[in-house]
Amino acid sequence: MQSDYAIIGGGVVGLSVAWGLLKRGFTVTVIDGDDGSFRASRGNFGLVWVQSKGMNQPRYASWSQQSAEAWRGFSDELTDNTGHDLGLEQKGGYDLHFSEETLEATVAKYEKLKIELGGDYPYEVLGHNALRKEEPEIGPKVVGAILHHQDGHANPLKLLKALADDVRRMGGTVLNGKHVKSVQRNGVFRIYCNDGTEIEAGKTVLSAGLGATKLGPSMGFKAPIRPQRGQVLITEKLPKILNRPSLIARQVDEGGIQIGATNEEVGLDDRVTTHGMAKLAAEAIAAFPVLEKVQLVRSWSALRILSPDGLPIYQESSEMLGAYLITCHSGITLAAAHAHLLPDWLEKTGQAPNLEVFSEDRF
Amino acid sequence: MHEADLIIIGAGPAGMAAAHTAAGTGLSVLLLDEQQRAGGQIYRDIERSSKTRGELLGKDYIAGLDLANGLNHKLISHIRGATVWQIEDARLVTFTVNGKATQATGKRLLIATGALERPMPVPGWTLPGVMTAGAAQILLKQSGIVCQRAVLVGTGPLLYLIAAQMVRAGSPPLALVETQTYNNRAFAMRHVIGALRGLRYFVKGLGLLAEIRRAGIKRYTGAADICIEGHNRAETVHFTSRGREHRIEAANILLHHGVVPNTQVTHSIGVIHYWNEQQRCFIPRRDDWGRTNLHDVFVAGDGSGIGGAKSAELSGRLAALEIACDLDAIGNGDRDLQATPLRTALSGEMAVRPFIDRAYPPFEGSLLPADSTIICRCEEVTAGDIRRHAKLGCLGPNQTKAFSRSGMGPCQGRFCGLTVTELLAQANHSTQEETGYYRIRPPLKPVSLGELATLADTETKEAAK
Amino acid sequence: MKTDSEFCLIDETSHRVTVRFEGQELNLREGENLAAELLAMGVAPFRRTPVSGAPRNPFCMMGACFDCLVEIDGATRQACMVEVTENMEITMPSVNENSDA
Repeated sequence: MQSDYAIIGGGVVGLSVAWGLLKRGFTVTVIDGDDGSFRASRGNFGLVWVQSKGMNQPRYASWSQQSAEAWRGFSDELTDNTGHDLGLEQKGGYDLHFSEETLEATVAKYEKLKIELGGDYPYEVLGHNALRKEEPEIGPKVVGAILHHQDGHANPLKLLKALADDVRRMGGTVLNGKHVKSVQRNGVFRIYCNDGTEIEAGKTVLSAGLGATKLGPSMGFKAPIRPQRGQVLITEKLPKILNRPSLIARQVDEGGIQIGATNEEVGLDDRVTTHGMAKLAAEAIAAFPVLEKVQLVRSWSALRILSPDGLPIYQESSEMLGAYLITCHSGITLAAAHAHLLPDWLEKTGQAPNLEVFSEDRF
Repeated sequence: MHEADLIIIGAGPAGMAAAHTAAGTGLSVLLLDEQQRAGGQIYRDIERSSKTRGELLGKDYIAGLDLANGLNHKLISHIRGATVWQIEDARLVTFTVNGKATQATGKRLLIATGALERPMPVPGWTLPGVMTAGAAQILLKQSGIVCQRAVLVGTGPLLYLIAAQMVRAGSPPLALVETQTYNNRAFAMRHVIGALRGLRYFVKGLGLLAEIRRAGIKRYTGAADICIEGHNRAETVHFTSRGREHRIEAANILLHHGVVPNTQVTHSIGVIHYWNEQQRCFIPRRDDWGRTNLHDVFVAGDGSGIGGAKSAELSGRLAALEIACDLDAIGNGDRDLQATPLRTALSGEMAVRPFIDRAYPPFEGSLLPADSTIICRCEEVTAGDIRRHAKLGCLGPNQTKAFSRSGMGPCQGRFCGLTVTELLAQANHSTQEETGYYRIRPPLKPVSLGELATLADTETKEAAK
Repeated sequence: MKTDSEFCLIDETSHRVTVRFEGQELNLREGENLAAELLAMGVAPFRRTPVSGAPRNPFCMMGACFDCLVEIDGATRQACMVEVTENMEITMPSVNENSDA
């Protein structure tokens, strides 16, 4: 089979790009793994988030802003096409602080970034009392919060399902249960899978998450990415008690409170630990004491896909023209940008976004 | 922090027997069980109930009393009401007692968590008034409560036992709606010679059937198209039997089509499981002693493959002997000497299984339910949802979990896991083994955030020392 | 006390204490299994599901199915894993009225 594009990796990143390309009329084959693959797409926190991103690289902040802004349209279109409501809410989100010092230090950084962004960084600082008006369950230990109006959250699993559904509906081919063995280019790309499947394509996008560490170098990429474990908790379903999401906890559209997340450098170990869970629980209770009696129903952990500076990588291979590496750890936030804007970058049109700062040359 | 040579999870026949045998060799044993009294489900509340209800429940039930008494040993510490919710590195066990998180470490771990009733999804099975047949038996054993106007639906010897016990309690069921067919029986007869080594079970079975017949209880066999209806609670059960449609009004509809190993704990710590086609379930891989692929972790009892209470007891003792040998409490020779009669008895106990498995196979209509039937009780996901998600590329249950929420509720897949595996295997034309099972994560049972948070404090304090 | 129970007691073993389920006073046998006692009193449903609001009662009685969830003194518990004590305050677990999921 031959397609305009082969996309290696059927998570949110790969499917978002596939979806965008299909909308432009390209033929696309997505090559996806199996039930046991490391899948950041089904283990993430579900924030559509702007604040705190790109403190040292304003372009990353503005790229996240572009995506957050496009998210509503993106979500509505997926809902219209598939009937799945993605649970998107964009009425702001908090960075909660337990000390005045950290709050002030963060505000100082935000002010600097705001200037670099030409003033487009709509946030406000809420003291404890102001915060309690917004979030009646906030605990006494929380001194205040930064409320950023461009932040929000969505249901990442419903996004994944809607994309999986719509990519097929639009005529994309999705091959599941595949492990790509090698990628060769001789005029066209030939992708060889372990089970003998061969896929031909004009261009190839490598969006295989941690899988890129193996395949990337053979395609001329540095792919300097590493796993970072994040453990996440979710409680029993509750009536609405949290108004807006924060980096500590958010109430998902089904009612459970999701609590996250740890940052652990433990390689490819995606187990959940008692210690990790306990720390998350303690922090969540400090923020929202009402959670003390609430039952934890599930936990999970997934592996973030991190570059050395934490920013995404968008890179065309110099050895294998037409092969692109796309990797990031904020696949949910960036999904709308990936769907709407990356096709222009892949096709090098006049509307292509400037992604130079995200090339591998920086490493 | 508790410490012991051996930590046993589950105080049913396997756990109780293993504790007694291990303590007999000089090992210290920590026995954790979530019930307030030892016995497991088969000997539920044996210490209390054998006095008042022993006659009604039968000889086989009273037999559990010796095992429970065997726990009175200075080397056995039995923690009651201990709900295990996480095991790390095969040795650190975290559990809840009276709302407090507690931890224990052991040199060896024996998982004896028994069986669960095989989920039996049929239309209407989530209505109040529908329970597992085992639940009805627990009500009887533990609380002396009998279901009125009951219909038993499904297949297997347990249905006959419960029916007979209900007769003795003065509330015979209205009917037995049995899903096995004459063909099943005929096929099973090929195994009857081997099974005669388990003659005791045939005699018992025939006795129960005679009790049921004498009580005038109507039996329907080859039942299919089972459906429970009612507004806010079960009112009627509908089915076909031998080409005719039937409808019975009832207050309690009790489902049962066999039991399957409870593999939540073994799945959560990385024990390898295989698919058993005859029993249609996943079973932990283990050697003759019950040792799993994790060197320090053993399984015994129904949790390591369905064999019943006597087999469970024997397999518990065998595991304890090997563990004692591991820890140099006894030598190889002594271990083998003690094991020989246990193995002989075990093979006699297991002789009847091939006959039972074939005579009472699981109900096909519940293994692969119709599209509209709810298969995940917690999240109310239907069989049709799973089939649709297979078309969206879901090869295994962890993908349908993400797409449908099946298995995400508080029961953590205990009552949908096997159904999802079966449905996906069929939809994707793959085997159940290839399809696999849920990745089970802690907490194995829900735990309050407040309780969990106390462990953060402990660890911080420890680190500060 | 409700009398429409579809269960009968074959022996009376312990003395009775008062508890409240959804505000209604019930006399249950002390120290017995709470789910069993509520069933015997004819309580139905124990709860409504947070997904569709469907009524549920105990299903497995062995702590596996979580269909007997109730709220006791503010915490969600499996009724079949709890013993009756005097003055227990039992309610159905709260569900999100706005939930359309």
